[in-house]
Amino acid sequence: MDKSNLSRRGVLKSGALTSAGLAVPTIFTAQSAAAFTNEPTGGSVTLGFNVPQTGPYADEGADELRAYQLAVEHINGSGDGGMMNTFSSKALQGNGILGKEVKYVTGDTQTKSDAARASAKSMIEKDGAVMITGGSSSGVAIAVQGLCQEAGVIFMAGLTHSNDTTGKDKKANGFRHFFNAYMSGAALAPVLKSLYGDDRRAYHLTADYTWGWTQEESIKAATEALGWETVNTVKTPLAATDFSSYIAPVLNSGADVLVLNHYGGNMVNSLTNAVQFGLREKQVNGKNFEIVVPLYSRLMAKGAGENVKGIHGSTNWHWSLQDEGSQAFVRSFGTKYGFPPSQAAHTVYCQTLLYADAVERAGSFNPCAVAGALEGFEFDGLGNGKTLYRADDHQCFKDVLVVRGKENPTSEFDLLEVVEVTPAAQVTYGVDHPMFAGGALGSCNPGA
Amino acid sequence: MFGLDKRDTGVLIIVTLLALFAPIILNPFPTDSAMAQFNAGYPDLMQKFVIFGIFAIGFNILFGLTGYLSFGHAAFLGIGSYSCVWMFKLLGYNVIPGIVLSILISGLFALLIGFVSLRRSGIYFSILTLAFAQMCFALAYSVLSNPRFNLTNGETGLQVYANDPQWFHRDGLPDLPHLFGLSMRATQKIQVGAWEFQLNAGYYMCAIVMLICFYLAIRIFRSPFGMMLRAVKSNQQRMNYTGLNSRPYTLAAFVISGMYAGLAGGLLSAVDPLAGAERMQWTASGEVVLMTILGGAGTLIGPVLGAGFIKYFENIFSKINDNVLHSWFAFLPDGLEDFMVFIIHPFIGKGWHLTLGILFMLVVIYLPGGLVEGGQRVLGWFRKRSAKPDAKAGKTEPAE
Repeated sequence: MDKSNLSRRGVLKSGALTSAGLAVPTIFTAQSAAAFTNEPTGGSVTLGFNVPQTGPYADEGADELRAYQLAVEHINGSGDGGMMNTFSSKALQGNGILGKEVKYVTGDTQTKSDAARASAKSMIEKDGAVMITGGSSSGVAIAVQGLCQEAGVIFMAGLTHSNDTTGKDKKANGFRHFFNAYMSGAALAPVLKSLYGDDRRAYHLTADYTWGWTQEESIKAATEALGWETVNTVKTPLAATDFSSYIAPVLNSGADVLVLNHYGGNMVNSLTNAVQFGLREKQVNGKNFEIVVPLYSRLMAKGAGENVKGIHGSTNWHWSLQDEGSQAFVRSFGTKYGFPPSQAAHTVYCQTLLYADAVERAGSFNPCAVAGALEGFEFDGLGNGKTLYRADDHQCFKDVLVVRGKENPTSEFDLLEVVEVTPAAQVTYGVDHPMFAGGALGSCNPGA
Repeated sequence: MFGLDKRDTGVLIIVTLLALFAPIILNPFPTDSAMAQFNAGYPDLMQKFVIFGIFAIGFNILFGLTGYLSFGHAAFLGIGSYSCVWMFKLLGYNVIPGIVLSILISGLFALLIGFVSLRRSGIYFSILTLAFAQMCFALAYSVLSNPRFNLTNGETGLQVYANDPQWFHRDGLPDLPHLFGLSMRATQKIQVGAWEFQLNAGYYMCAIVMLICFYLAIRIFRSPFGMMLRAVKSNQQRMNYTGLNSRPYTLAAFVISGMYAGLAGGLLSAVDPLAGAERMQWTASGEVVLMTILGGAGTLIGPVLGAGFIKYFENIFSKINDNVLHSWFAFLPDGLEDFMVFIIHPFIGKGWHLTLGILFMLVVIYLPGGLVEGGQRVLGWFRKRSAKPDAKAGKTEPAE
């Protein structure tokens, strides 16, 4: 202070400032009177579609966005209705949700938890979104799921495969339709046994982050139960683009199966390196050397090109499925966009429909009512056969596909063929399974 | 006032008013209008404005004064975030211990990293800091998140779980970060006609911290210490030849700016209790450099403006999609409407990087002094025009 401020003006000013300061806490503690966060009051309801539009998973994000737009069209009653016609629940009338027209806002997660949360928050705080959905990585899904729990809106997860999303990090306001690493292991194991026998020696290359670890753990457990031996598990940095230095030691390890716990660009590069090193032509322990990619997607297969031929993995859904629901979805997606949908598109389309249907059945947008309607909900006709949304951890239990890179693809979309549809019962696990231990669902939070 | 001269007091008062009335200033469009898309007055974005403002102010103390370009400042941001969330996990949701610890820990790291990196200057210094930051990122992303010793929780990000100790947490306190019971999420919505303004507790806490930081930065800029730092920037060799050891000054500046970054990281966690490793990635370090240059390096208010500018584009432009465009141009005939959407499409939604990049290039080429220079030019132009009729009217001084 260079001079005291004891004029009439100064006293008045500081007095006003002080009282304003004192008033602050009382203003802010008041809460709005709504029953739950962003209760839709007008003739429309806003959903938030939060997908990666830039960054490594931008392709998946773009496909998700297409599927969301399609789902909104169908819910609002235009288009051919898609899977709404095959869905076992008939609550949706094609007049929006509870008679309110569905509107949506989009955002870019950049596949970064911070950006994803910022984008989701702007949807909740600014646009009044009552449900957030999307995402193409488990890190983002878990981060946004936590946010939705705190804010009191429903989160319908998109592409997230880590066990933690409905395990250690499960939340009462979050729901996952996609399958998980444990299910991949459980679905793949019998197929691997019948193909490669029960005395194999496996070598794992694993992306060094949460998803990679849970997948390695799951596949290791599933294959060791078959009688396989795990020779070594090596972590590779996520940013790696050249895997030669990781592939070379595989040759001398005495292993005869290489498991690549990689996703996206990582998998494209590591598989390409492995094929270049001639692993697939090698004979070890008197057997053909084999490569397994536990989590497959069509977009990855496209990236790896020729190298995926004959390589096995698991996937959530594939457009070549012949059931009525899948066919209806492929037809309406293909009509609108001119090519078949990816598994990411399928899962987010289902999630949007499932949310809309749950609101309709619950008769309210209140997150707790919606969660109640989704918990223990059994349905059919969405492409994966009979499906259960388990109440205890909000995970969907449905058939899992084991796929193989096609030897003679007929088009750039026809890269995978379904080897086996593993029934849901075989991939179901107990709620207290150690791989999903820790964490608690908590109770649903309606916000406000 | 507060030991500042008239001009600095004016700047401080303007910043204070801007910060206090941000919820109103940033929401110029009625909620239901088509232009509401451009409103930025919602809590999350306003918090980002002031927090990244703090980050950039701190960065500017190092870069603007000493000219040392650190390319690894995001590491301190991340360290601050992790420290704060750890306090939430161990002590409870009160934000004070978390913020204090985040300043201390990041200051400690800044001391270590600065001690090593400041042995070199210029590009070598930048590379060293970049290397340290990438090291921190790799440690946080995978090494320190393995199941046996989980300090950072890796990709998922560090967050608070129901079974964490939280020793000082008791019933009645919010289950979210709070300041002695005042939840950071508490928001008062005020309806004024068609407008809605959101007064958010977290925002006001951050804004007050930002004002304190801004004031401290002014004092540093105007102090003998600040003069020393400027001397380092203009000719460090000459300084050394006069027998003056400049290292303690640069190290002090580095630590101070590291603590600013740590504080910003702590506040990020305080308003949103999750700390992710990508906060430390080199892109985040680059972002603060961009903010400072865009706003005007070496100026007081520039970095804050730059921070706001970049965050605005990241959050507002990325959310405009084709649907929104179609609704804007709906008044045009069909063909023309599609054409306009086609033209603008690459610059919005996923193209927000492109728009930001173009604007950044324009600013750097035509306004090397950043947005502040742009503001000065506009002001100067007005002054020249109004100088003739009445010399005094152009020079409106803010009231004390």
